[in-house]
Amino acid sequence: MFDTISYLDQSQAVKDRLDRMKAREVILEVAGLTKKFRTGKSDVTALDDISFKTHRREFLCIVGPSGCGKSTLVRILAGLEQASGGQVLLDGHPVKGPGRERGMVFQGYTLFPWLTVRGNVMFGLLMNNVARAEAKKQADEWLGLIGLEKFADAYPHQLSGGMKQRVAIIRALVNRPRILLMDEPFSALDAQTRARMQSYLLEIWKKVDITVVFITHDLDEAVFLADRILVLSAHPGRLQELIEVPIVRPRKAEHFSAAEFAATKARLEALIHPPSQHGDDEEAYPSVPLLTDVRDEVE
Amino acid sequence: MSSASEAASSLASDVVTGDAVPGQWFRVRAPLSRRLRVILAICSFLLPLGLWSAVSYVPAIWHPDILVSDPGDVDYFLPGMRVDKATFAKELENAKVNHTAPPQGTLCNPVYLPSPGAVLAAFYTSFTTPPADQDGLWLHQSLWQSIQTIFWGFVISSLIGVPLGILCGAHNGAARLVEPIVEFFRYLPAPAFGTLAVAVLGIYAGPKIAIIVIGTLFQQILIIANTTRKADFSLVEAALTLGTKNLRLLTRVVIPSVLPDLYRDQRILLGWAWTYLIVAELVGATAGISLFITQQSRYQHYANVYAAIAMIGILGLGTDLVLAALGRKLFPWDRAAR
Repeated sequence: MFDTISYLDQSQAVKDRLDRMKAREVILEVAGLTKKFRTGKSDVTALDDISFKTHRREFLCIVGPSGCGKSTLVRILAGLEQASGGQVLLDGHPVKGPGRERGMVFQGYTLFPWLTVRGNVMFGLLMNNVARAEAKKQADEWLGLIGLEKFADAYPHQLSGGMKQRVAIIRALVNRPRILLMDEPFSALDAQTRARMQSYLLEIWKKVDITVVFITHDLDEAVFLADRILVLSAHPGRLQELIEVPIVRPRKAEHFSAAEFAATKARLEALIHPPSQHGDDEEAYPSVPLLTDVRDEVE
Repeated sequence: MSSASEAASSLASDVVTGDAVPGQWFRVRAPLSRRLRVILAICSFLLPLGLWSAVSYVPAIWHPDILVSDPGDVDYFLPGMRVDKATFAKELENAKVNHTAPPQGTLCNPVYLPSPGAVLAAFYTSFTTPPADQDGLWLHQSLWQSIQTIFWGFVISSLIGVPLGILCGAHNGAARLVEPIVEFFRYLPAPAFGTLAVAVLGIYAGPKIAIIVIGTLFQQILIIANTTRKADFSLVEAALTLGTKNLRLLTRVVIPSVLPDLYRDQRILLGWAWTYLIVAELVGATAGISLFITQQSRYQHYANVYAAIAMIGILGLGTDLVLAALGRKLFPWDRAAR
């Protein structure tokens, strides 16, 4: 596992921070995780021998080309799917099935449309036998935290996409999970809202004692958010590299143009879209014949 | 993916409710203005009614018979009798040849096609005139009997069908156990159980309710199961990650998420139950609105028959409109109802 770690040039501040993080206790440990799907007679290996650890208060992003099984991986972590082999340990205990200690935010908002915003936030508490009055109090506190207390009695369909996803995040957090799993949560949002949600997620993460495992196919998003980035390869999904992001916190919009940002992204690009491997599983796009008389500087 | 389909469906509803585009009448799913939609809905009733009125009141369109007003010397003619044009013409010719008094009459439609005015009058008088039989029932009493039959038939069917359907929709094992036999029974025509129902349940309300139950229940189980099966599974998964367990997953997630659809199913199934009413009421001792209809048609009071049939339609449509409005109140979050 250790030979897959890549250390980009780190400033002393980043190194100290990562050292402090790695000294904290391990929250989630994935050991030799394998997932095979039956398709007819043959087995297809979606995930092959995945092992990694996340520490308390770590923000871990998982990236990889399409088909690398990153969604399958996070669904196994959530307990929504069964692994074919290997183990997932949360605080040292093996995970069996879904549970409140692993909150999840999905790509589709998955808010319950028949419940009000407050009802959605209260849902997990009620399911874990918290008294209704107490659940309401906590839900209102969390709604206040994200500035949506005015919308407590609104239904999800009355909210914008960004608001829905904010509600979905605190719906998971109100349950006090040990880890928050996020499966491409912002990919359905427009670019502007997505950027604001990324900053806002870091804002929440700063204030709440939570470890995040965040799946994305957006490399900028991964570099901006993560302490470490787990890169998977496709067919089968294997752990390719674990990158320590050499950017100081708190992260700001200007970090997008920093040299460390470009270096990290270049490393990710090289891993996910290796230049030699083109035409392997990507279809070839034919060149377009000339169909116009008007020829300008476009060529 | 779900957000994409959401966007598509909201787009589609925008198109349907959007402003009309001039000159685009025949485009597929062309939008209609609100006024046009109201006008078309009214025309939906007015056009058939207009056609009926035209056939009834304009003699040139059909009027194949002649209503005898004065039989003259034709011995088998009676005042108020309807004869076809050919017979009438023959007797008129005979009278001319034999120098007897010719019969007189006016053009009319067959007895089975009363005019809208006659049906409207019958609609009113059937509520105000006492029953022809001494121990007969008034129309509203007959209707009340029918409504009770429908009500109990539908309630009993729903008490079994809805829970069983939800169970089948939520649990594959239950579906495997229940659905094959239900699929078999679904094809058996409910009236086929008529004599059996009478043998078991007597001749009064019992077998009638049983026919409605048989006609509704098997479809109900399958329809409710299918709707339950369409519950958005991502909501179930979200609930799982929030710590929801076992039965609560069914009662707090699956059922609420499909409740507006189940409600719509029930409305359709209630209509289904109504269509079984007449057959059901003919089983055993004829009762309710069917008794009224069969008696009136025996006396050839077809205006009354039409009035009673229209009454069923009005009751059915009225109930459905009330239930639709109630549904919008009950499920303010339901996008399909908006």
